Amino acid sequence: MKVTTDEKVSVPHPAEPGTQSAQHRQLLQLIDEFSLVLIFLLLFVVLSIAVPHFLSIENLLGLALSVSQIGMVACTMMFCLASRDFDLSVGSMVAFAGVLCAMILNATDNVVISVAAAVLAGALIGFANGSIIAYLRINALITTLAMMEIVRGLAFIASGGQAVGVSNEAFIYLAGTAFLGISMPIWTTLICFIMFGVLLNKTVYGRNTLAIGGNPEASRLAGIKVERTRVLIFAIQGAVAALAGVILASRITSGQPNAAQGFELNVISACVLGGVSLMGGRATISGVAIGVLIMGTAENVMDLLNVSAFYQYLVRGAILLIAVLVDQLRSRAARD
Amino acid sequence: MSAYLQFNDITKLFPGVKALSGVTFAVDAGSVHGLLGENGAGKSTLLKILGGEYQPNGGELRIANQPRHFASAADSIASGVAIIHQELQYVPHLSVAENLLLGHLPNRFGFVRARVTMEFVRTRLKAMGVSLNPTVRLARLSIAQRQMVEICKALLREAKIIALDEPTSSLSHRETEVLFRLVKDLQAQGRVLIYVSHRLDEIFDLCDACTILRDGQTVVSHRSMSGLTRELLVRQMVGREIKDIYDYRARPLGESRLQVQELVGPKLKQPASFSVRRGEILGFFGLVGAGRSELMRLIYGADKAQKGQLTLDGKPLRIRRPSDAIRKGIVLCPEDRKEEGVVPIRSVSENINISCRRGYLRWGIFVNAKREAQTADTFIKRLRIKTPGRRQLIRFLSGGNQQKTILGRWLAEPALKVVIMDEPTRGIDVGAKNEIYQILYQLAEQGCAVIVVSSELPEVLGISDRIIVMREGSVSGELSRSDANEERVLKLALPIEDKVK
Repeated sequence: MKVTTDEKVSVPHPAEPGTQSAQHRQLLQLIDEFSLVLIFLLLFVVLSIAVPHFLSIENLLGLALSVSQIGMVACTMMFCLASRDFDLSVGSMVAFAGVLCAMILNATDNVVISVAAAVLAGALIGFANGSIIAYLRINALITTLAMMEIVRGLAFIASGGQAVGVSNEAFIYLAGTAFLGISMPIWTTLICFIMFGVLLNKTVYGRNTLAIGGNPEASRLAGIKVERTRVLIFAIQGAVAALAGVILASRITSGQPNAAQGFELNVISACVLGGVSLMGGRATISGVAIGVLIMGTAENVMDLLNVSAFYQYLVRGAILLIAVLVDQLRSRAARD
Repeated sequence: MSAYLQFNDITKLFPGVKALSGVTFAVDAGSVHGLLGENGAGKSTLLKILGGEYQPNGGELRIANQPRHFASAADSIASGVAIIHQELQYVPHLSVAENLLLGHLPNRFGFVRARVTMEFVRTRLKAMGVSLNPTVRLARLSIAQRQMVEICKALLREAKIIALDEPTSSLSHRETEVLFRLVKDLQAQGRVLIYVSHRLDEIFDLCDACTILRDGQTVVSHRSMSGLTRELLVRQMVGREIKDIYDYRARPLGESRLQVQELVGPKLKQPASFSVRRGEILGFFGLVGAGRSELMRLIYGADKAQKGQLTLDGKPLRIRRPSDAIRKGIVLCPEDRKEEGVVPIRSVSENINISCRRGYLRWGIFVNAKREAQTADTFIKRLRIKTPGRRQLIRFLSGGNQQKTILGRWLAEPALKVVIMDEPTRGIDVGAKNEIYQILYQLAEQGCAVIVVSSELPEVLGISDRIIVMREGSVSGELSRSDANEERVLKLALPIEDKVK
């Protein structure tokens, strides 16, 4: 082509994309959106064939139970990360809520009061987290790191450093109850996933959370009450973490002040595995569910294969790195 | 004639979009070449190809008659290309010298040789004729000075080709003059300059030749500016005739809508008072940093006012945060679209419905997907927002279309009373400008009070019924449309010591 000089070049309109290629694109988009699900399904099929005892109802229920607490808290952690925040205090909250619930239970022998009190305490701690972060504008990492230490300390102080045993039959029965062959902790987690999925996708709360994560200042100027939303996110997170603590206490029939060490990092890992962006604004509930399942499956399979616990750490770290790397490549490809 | 830089038949495809198709033009050494086109015409894409950020799907880039293929930004830099983006790239907490030498600071065993660095930069800056203190941190410089640092960085690398993307969009008059002098020096040194701007005056002042893009194609490449007129260029850019982009229409003014009395804020030197009537378009002019945006942010509740009284339709008004203002029908389109306007990774629909959705929630918390889709489609159509659909992420839209989306966000509000637009047409092309003015006129005709903050004098003079001028943090004067002219407005806007001239 020659260089045009002072001549008008006719400007034909760019060709309309053909319907066929549009369909093709839609299909690709769909695959991209559900690629995590596809990867997991593939992994699942491979493991079912390759690993003996993996594909049995008993084993799969065990798997689900083992990630039920992580799953619950991952739902609320998703909101936290989606709004560009962080919460490191959930592990301590799980322990503290378990201890508190056990102690109140021993004092009152009333399941409803003790569970309610523990959940309320969790919500209050979360409220404190959120208020400090939103109104006093202290970095979320620092605030929740401090709160992690404080709440863990409270758990030890309250229990005197000892496990608080529970003798209340009804409370112990709580975690053991099954409906349709599925135990209560798993049901609770399922309900959490549905509830927080609806909250994220169908409510103002969810939309505002994603908007805040996408651009906090623009959201504020668009009339979103950013501070209030953040406090709410942390308060709900606290309540759910406490509920997880109560369920854990029921499962192990005691409140353990040193329970759930490193829990917060497992929860965040599961979210990141599920494609939640640490930069905020990007999160899907299906992704988080898959992230939780991938973590549980990896651990379960390694147990079945008798992999030593020491090596399991390496594998878990590797899986996290690979998952994030894949996600990076994918979003880089999408940008170009 | 041997052109130094040639674009031959450059094509770039994005999924579903042909961003560039067959773009062809040439730039001579020692010339300033204007690149014009509406938003979305493909100017930025072309610069990104030149900068190695994008790889073309077809065509050829030639530098000094050698075909070049840039696989990365580093390739492009190595070939002597420097792109000065509209959004500058620098490290705010490092000094001028450190920013200039970032990546290859003089060091001994990894320890930076601070004095050597400073001395080196000082002598080089002096040689370039730039008066900047190399030890000052970038965060403490004005936007214009930061831009200067960016250009100096290109010069330190001995860049032969320098592309400037909308360099004056956030510069004041005086800063623009300094930039122009620098550009002319560079041209005299035989460098190749590509100058992207929406401001036709600048193109005529500065450029030797220009190329016009539309819809990703070269409309025409003028080898010289002689004989060209504004009207011709605008017609070629827009593809249709626009006689007067302001197209002002007088309208009857109503009663006082918003009164601001003695408003005091951290960045205002004196308490500010003014009022605006129903149906009135009130222009706010001033140099960058005169306190116009700060005053608007106080009214909107984006920043806290320390003192002062607002009155809306005769009733006292208390605004503590933006959501209070919105509920009273006062909205603000912020100056910095990217940082304060859009939520980039959300869709056009989300960005439109972000505030007005509260009016049609189900059971108080559930969003009404159907109504939101309707609202989004209505405003995409009414404001002619160019997007493949309401689900498109807003960051893929051009600046003008992002601005229209934010306008859509506020037009969707049920009872608008006061619309504040801070730099409504910054970085927006002529065609879209005219469309935005038309929307403002319509709003005013419906009885809204419209406040337009702008650094573009012709714009303020062109659309306002009345003009308030600010200078260094205080209101310096007020002019009616009939009294206002460039000279009078500038007199009120320029700092006192400049007024002697």
